[in-house]
Amino acid sequence: MSAEAPAVSMIAAPASPVDVTGHGDGGPAPRHIIVGYGFWIFLISDIVMFSAFFAAYAVLASATAGGPGPKQLFDLHNVAIETACLLLSSFSCGIASLAVADRRIWLTQGALLVTGLLGATFLGLEVHEFAHLVAANAGPERSAFLSSFFALVGCHGAHITAGLLWLGTMMAQFQAKGFRADIRRRYLCFSLFWHALDIVWVAIFSLVYLNGALT
Amino acid sequence: MKDNVFPLPAGDGDIAPGVDNEEHSSFKAGLRSYLIGLAIAAALTVASFWAVDTHLIYGAGVPAAIVTLAIAQMGIHLVFFLHITTAPDNTNNVLALAFGVIIVAFVVLGSLWIMAHLSQMQPSMEQLMRMQR
Amino acid sequence: MLGKLTWEAIPFNEPIPLIAAGVVGLILAAVLAWVVLKGHLPYLWREWITSVDHKRIGVMYCVLALVMLIRGFIDAVMMRSQQALAFHGPGYLPPEHYDQIFSAHGTIMIFFVAMPFVVGLMNYVVPLQLGVRDVAFPTLNSVAFWLTATGALLVNVSMVVGEFARTGWLPFPPLSELAYSPGVGVDYYCWALQLSGIGTLVGGINLVTTILKTRAPGMRYTRMPVFCWTSLASNLLIVASFPVLTATLAMLLLDRYLGFHFFTNEAGGNPMMFMNLIWIWGHPEVYILVLPAFGVFSEVVSTFSGKPLFGYRSMVMATMAICILSFLVWLHHFFTMGAGADVNGFFGVMTMIIAVPTGVKVFNWLFTMYRGRVRFTAAMHWAIGFMVTFVIGGMTGVLMSIPPADFVLHNSLFLVAHFHNVAIGAVLFGALAGYTFWFPKAFGFALDERLGKAAFWCWLIGFYVAFVPLYVVGLEGMTRRLQHYDQPQWHPWLLVAGVGSLIILCGIGFLVAQLVVSIRSRVRRTEPTGDPWDARTLEWATSSPPPYFNFAVMPNVKGEEHYWNIKQAARKRMALGPEPEYEAIEMPRNSPTGFVTAFFGTVIGFALVWHIVWMAILGLAGAYATFVVFAWRDHGEEVVSRDEVARIDRANRLARKVAITEVTT
Repeated sequence: MSAEAPAVSMIAAPASPVDVTGHGDGGPAPRHIIVGYGFWIFLISDIVMFSAFFAAYAVLASATAGGPGPKQLFDLHNVAIETACLLLSSFSCGIASLAVADRRIWLTQGALLVTGLLGATFLGLEVHEFAHLVAANAGPERSAFLSSFFALVGCHGAHITAGLLWLGTMMAQFQAKGFRADIRRRYLCFSLFWHALDIVWVAIFSLVYLNGALT
Repeated sequence: MKDNVFPLPAGDGDIAPGVDNEEHSSFKAGLRSYLIGLAIAAALTVASFWAVDTHLIYGAGVPAAIVTLAIAQMGIHLVFFLHITTAPDNTNNVLALAFGVIIVAFVVLGSLWIMAHLSQMQPSMEQLMRMQR
Repeated sequence: MLGKLTWEAIPFNEPIPLIAAGVVGLILAAVLAWVVLKGHLPYLWREWITSVDHKRIGVMYCVLALVMLIRGFIDAVMMRSQQALAFHGPGYLPPEHYDQIFSAHGTIMIFFVAMPFVVGLMNYVVPLQLGVRDVAFPTLNSVAFWLTATGALLVNVSMVVGEFARTGWLPFPPLSELAYSPGVGVDYYCWALQLSGIGTLVGGINLVTTILKTRAPGMRYTRMPVFCWTSLASNLLIVASFPVLTATLAMLLLDRYLGFHFFTNEAGGNPMMFMNLIWIWGHPEVYILVLPAFGVFSEVVSTFSGKPLFGYRSMVMATMAICILSFLVWLHHFFTMGAGADVNGFFGVMTMIIAVPTGVKVFNWLFTMYRGRVRFTAAMHWAIGFMVTFVIGGMTGVLMSIPPADFVLHNSLFLVAHFHNVAIGAVLFGALAGYTFWFPKAFGFALDERLGKAAFWCWLIGFYVAFVPLYVVGLEGMTRRLQHYDQPQWHPWLLVAGVGSLIILCGIGFLVAQLVVSIRSRVRRTEPTGDPWDARTLEWATSSPPPYFNFAVMPNVKGEEHYWNIKQAARKRMALGPEPEYEAIEMPRNSPTGFVTAFFGTVIGFALVWHIVWMAILGLAGAYATFVVFAWRDHGEEVVSRDEVARIDRANRLARKVAITEVTT
């Protein structure tokens, strides 16, 4: 219903239909920005969760209860290989991002496969390390130091596992549905997740393994 | 809510984290960015491992070196892999990250400070249990 | 086959939980039967259970909160009556049972009453105040709600199958470790909170993204209502603090399930680390609860004073200051743990400092009322009651922020009275004020004012009668959580406190009566324009209840109090603005994802409590499958046609035109 509008007061009175259609300045961001930012906030929260495990490790690292400490237990060669795997997988994940932007399906799937294989290698090496520690009576029940070590590194490993599951699902989705906008958004989230896990690993190998080898 | 229903005026909008700013950059330009990031990150990683064994760094300073190298590596990841920049369209992303970093600092440093003082003032559980016997 | 679960888990030899379970079971069965037999199930499934509409989800959160308020309050009455009776006698609740009751009382009130109530109000109101159609992630919103409900369900199931924790609402080790709590109570607690914690975190991410990235055109940060600012601060705190809770409970669970030694007495464990970590979460948690309540009062006070809120910028700055400062005070919960004078002094001073921005807010509310035309509606009663009660509670908090004073009062009933003073005075009063204020927006008719005021007076008087005696006995040295005592000078005070809880019971009775009476007389209470309070913010621009899509066209916001300005201009002209150009609207489709995810969550939680490994694995597989099914769907949205949009909006415009062109006295 339009009405006569004697221009008595123009305080915020809509002057024309265009003004009320919501196409003015600003407005909700495009969907991919909303999704990317929301996932970014989730990553911030995940990093806070890791920091709680880090804090526990920092406090409990000296509580070896008469058992083995970091210097006796940490195998830096293994850690170096694990680090290389994860760093390279971050790189291949970046390649996959470029491939997705270019809509190249085979390069995408190839890069994702490489990412997954490198991640699985990382995981395998870590499981092997844990099994070795448990067999050598240096499992998490041995001392508070070992509990906090297994929990922190294990939490990261659990995230990698979830990431690999997600990766497999993404590969299946690309194959089944191609480069649809919502699938590209989901992939953006996955790549944020995977890079963030490498950042957390930098903290772990530096502050836990390398520092531990010094003491 | 459709994608791109509200195309934002140029220079006024935001960019999603993880998205490269130069949207029209070629595959090659993007590849260059990732390769440079990989190279620098790899070098810093090698440096970290080297710092543990070398005698070239003063012994008590090695932990500090490791921490510095770790922060540098994280920075490389953020810039080259996650494309976080200081441009105005990245402000929200940087602010969120800064917020997270502050909270992490409070949690870790606060816990260390408090727990160190507690153990100075209080016997550990093991000592207490020994006292009971 | 069924892990630790046996028939002995059901408390056949304890009359009280058995009868309680029987009564609840009967009520549930009756409600379910009524729903099914009257054919309401398809409607419920379609319109509520699978809804991704923030308005529906907000209402469901508030319903959950109100129902759990009754359960938590029954626990409170049992505690008060036990303490009133247990002078030189055992009372009627054996210690093993009493311990579970006070633990459940606290857990339920904080996690399943206060949190859902506050989150529900934010969910309902924030998108409307921002001028948008829904939150950033609607389906995730549904997941968040149903996971919260899962947590509440598990806590209640523990009463019937097994037991609840006996450790208090925060499970301090070593008591909560397996050696001293070998039963399933602590496990129920931990898994319930881990599951609902996921929900809360996801909800926090949702609202932060909504406020920062989805606002109507022109809705700059400095034009957002203060309720949106406090919601932003509260949800930032959720995002920053709940991960610490998740990590800490995970550490406790690792200790209990896999023999880790984070907090045990042996092998180097450090129980004090638990206290440190849990309160890093615990203090921001109380600000998560109180900030939205402050936001509610900002809206209520400005609306019913007929003036814009005084000192918008200082309000915003105070809110964000509280947000950051809340992370710097946590040690005041364990001054007595022995960190020494330096550490205690720092945190004591920080605690005093955080009172300052809170004081700024109180002054702003007072200045808003000053020289306003104050309407003493029921919502305003809650606001004024809050201002008095919360300030007193805050002052007792600042009193305890002085470490030497806290050494005398820590874990006494003085502490208990303090936190109930602020929790009831601010959070509950705020939630009820918000409930009263926004009920007509959600349902189209306002609640009965007289019964609302009666409820308020009972709550206010009942609160003081119940808790002032607790301040007194706290100062006289009574420790919290006592199942019995023998100090004669405490007894009369505890009797009075028991009476106070009965007065509060009347308050709850009036709330229930208010709801029933209002629903029955809803036809004559309906207010056609959708703006019964002559309010100031954008949610009142829609009809009541708003259409599914909130706004027919998103408003172009020009200035603070955009809706108020438009309304005043229209009143001056005695005419509405021009009709907008309607367009078809795409809205997110309903989805059972949230409900199904939470179903599997319940299965996982129950299985893990009882160590039924195969069931837990099945539950995890089911949850993963649910995500994949959701990710695989091809049509996430449905279209509301242009004609439909136009029809709905024209109806509301007609009602408003009638209201404006009528001569009003």
